[in-house]
Amino acid sequence: MAIKTDKAIKISQKHLLGIQDLSINDVSLILDEAHTFIKVNQSKNKKINVLGGKTQINLFFEPSTRTQSSFELAGKRLGADVMSMNISNSAIKKGETLIDTAMTLNAMHPDIIVIRHQDSGACNLLSQKVNCAVLNAGDGRREHPTQALLDALTIINRKKKIEGLKIAICGDILHSRVARSNIYLLNMLGAELNIIAPTNLMPKEIEKFGVNKFTDMKKGLKDCDIVMMLRLQSERMSSSYLSSNREYYEYYGLTPDKLEYAKPDALIMHPGPMNRGIEIDTMLADDINKSVIKEQVELGVAVRMACLKIFCT
Amino acid sequence: MKKQYFINANIVDPHNSLNEIGGLIIDESGKIEAIGKKVNTNNLPAREKPIDLKGKYVFPGLVDMRVFVGEPGYEYKENFRTLSNAALSGGVTSVVTMPNTDPIIDNVSIVDFLKRRGRDKSKINVFPCASLTKNIEGTNMTEFGLLQSKGIIAFTDGIKTIQNPRLMSRIMNSAKDLGCLIMQHAEDFELAKNGMINSGIIASKLGLSGIPEIAERILIERDLTLLEKIKCRYHISQLSSQKSIEVIKQRKEIVKFTSGVSINNLSLNENDIGDFKTFLKLSPPLRREEDRLALVQGLKDELIDVIVSDHKPEDEESKRLTFSQAATGASGIETLLSLSLELYHNESLKLETIIKALTSNPAKILKVNKGNLSIGNEADFCIVDIDKPWIVKKEKLVSKSKNTSIENKKLQGRVTNTFVKGIELFRL
Repeated sequence: MAIKTDKAIKISQKHLLGIQDLSINDVSLILDEAHTFIKVNQSKNKKINVLGGKTQINLFFEPSTRTQSSFELAGKRLGADVMSMNISNSAIKKGETLIDTAMTLNAMHPDIIVIRHQDSGACNLLSQKVNCAVLNAGDGRREHPTQALLDALTIINRKKKIEGLKIAICGDILHSRVARSNIYLLNMLGAELNIIAPTNLMPKEIEKFGVNKFTDMKKGLKDCDIVMMLRLQSERMSSSYLSSNREYYEYYGLTPDKLEYAKPDALIMHPGPMNRGIEIDTMLADDINKSVIKEQVELGVAVRMACLKIFCT
Repeated sequence: MKKQYFINANIVDPHNSLNEIGGLIIDESGKIEAIGKKVNTNNLPAREKPIDLKGKYVFPGLVDMRVFVGEPGYEYKENFRTLSNAALSGGVTSVVTMPNTDPIIDNVSIVDFLKRRGRDKSKINVFPCASLTKNIEGTNMTEFGLLQSKGIIAFTDGIKTIQNPRLMSRIMNSAKDLGCLIMQHAEDFELAKNGMINSGIIASKLGLSGIPEIAERILIERDLTLLEKIKCRYHISQLSSQKSIEVIKQRKEIVKFTSGVSINNLSLNENDIGDFKTFLKLSPPLRREEDRLALVQGLKDELIDVIVSDHKPEDEESKRLTFSQAATGASGIETLLSLSLELYHNESLKLETIIKALTSNPAKILKVNKGNLSIGNEADFCIVDIDKPWIVKKEKLVSKSKNTSIENKKLQGRVTNTFVKGIELFRL
């Protein structure tokens, strides 16, 4: 495939907590595997029984549409028994701590736990307390590894490579785990990264991640092959980061005139859910020639199937 | 009590500028009768068998200016008995307790309770603080005068800061009128809001909100500006950054104040947090290595007066949580001296500088006759094997709470005996 490495045989990690922990071999192993699942997902019979008899628990402490359904579908297509915990009806609401919940679930012998949690590092804590593999489906603002992997797969699918591409990541970087995971992954795969955000939404010392920092979107988009937009995470904003959505759209919303600065064949990506008219122009989001947003969702299932298979067996 | 004779010890008593090999005589009432090189086998009564401390050190009992005790309200974390045992095992014989209990130490009647419990259950000297404001809400002042007359040593909101500058100036006025010592935990609440660790690359990587150093600096600058107008006894509880040291250096020439630093900030930096170690969630946060080095230099330059343990016992349950949910603070009174000695062994600081910051300097700020080995004083002291290697093990800690910031750390130097009023209360 598009990433040249020594032939990877086995994943180096027990858990998938973040891109930070993965080697390039690990990444290539996952992406190669995911690639084979794209076809499976498009065929009539989508079921393959590689995880028959295995138990997968989805533990989502934060609301999620695409990630949770994507993981659920991925597990089911691989033949695993999938249970999605409903947090609002669980003992967590009664004040049970994460560790106690983990112990309880662990006693039921799951083979894999998929966790999303509002606190950074929650999956690390969980992984120390259970015997099975833990897959991070997003922890606080730290990492969202499967999102970055599906983004990489989408880019490779379209551009046939990542090395040498110029990729802009734009928007609420501060609160974004997607941005962090993508920075680690795309950097590892040899892309040049332009990070675009108002200073109030830029993590401190971001340049130490090995990226270019821009507060002017037009400059940041110049000659980019990929424009990755992020959702403005208003629910994580405790105080005034921005004056208004209107002004944000004016300066950081992706509009046709700003997109002009990128390469003519630039692709638009967004991890969803989108705030149309705040970070992205609604026509652009739906432009089938430019936007690969739906493809990201589609390949997300393939990537999660690959991760489940690799970490579960 | 029998008279006690010690000889051949390396005695370090900064208060009396003593740093020599000599002996110590404790009289029948537990007071120091004689000390120094004059006390040796040649001039002791022949029938007495002195204890030979060859190779060991004698320091005044440590005075720890920032200690949290769980009593009242959080006895399951630490009570006066467990605190005093933990202190003794670390050579600490006097502690200044923070008012952050439940209820808060903010009125005269609770001080009576505190003094009684401290006296009955604790074997060390307890100097309680009261809060600056009622229920540490930062709105109404407590009764400084009445509380002081009941035996309150100083006033502080402990883990909280007076945010309102007008209230702070009024507090300073009252403190000036009444001669009270006020101690500020310098942190601008708005700038530090939701913050958990130092703002910077580590916080960005871990996805945690940061506490910028400017949150500390801006508060210090405000207070020292007020202090130019209102000259009261003012102490900054803990410094954590290089920039704060710079501010202090400038202001020292203009106005009189004192400051402290936690042994955690002197020994560790933000990299030690690693993979979300909740035991290193501290306030002020651990910062960059440059900041740590600046703090060490600050002690060397006598810009910082005091080293504290910032002993904050937290039970396991408060720490077995995600980083953002976990309680702040580390237990540290029993490792205060050993960890401080690391700075001597790695040649960062002179031994006298360290001992001064742990004994005579805090005593001077508090205006108590402790932390020295003057003739006629109560014999509060510790004997230390300064080279003894040991490893910090959670389960071996004396404190009721095991939340040490330095689990499994290899240390060099350990207290072997601690005496309060001439009585040996701890032996390793």
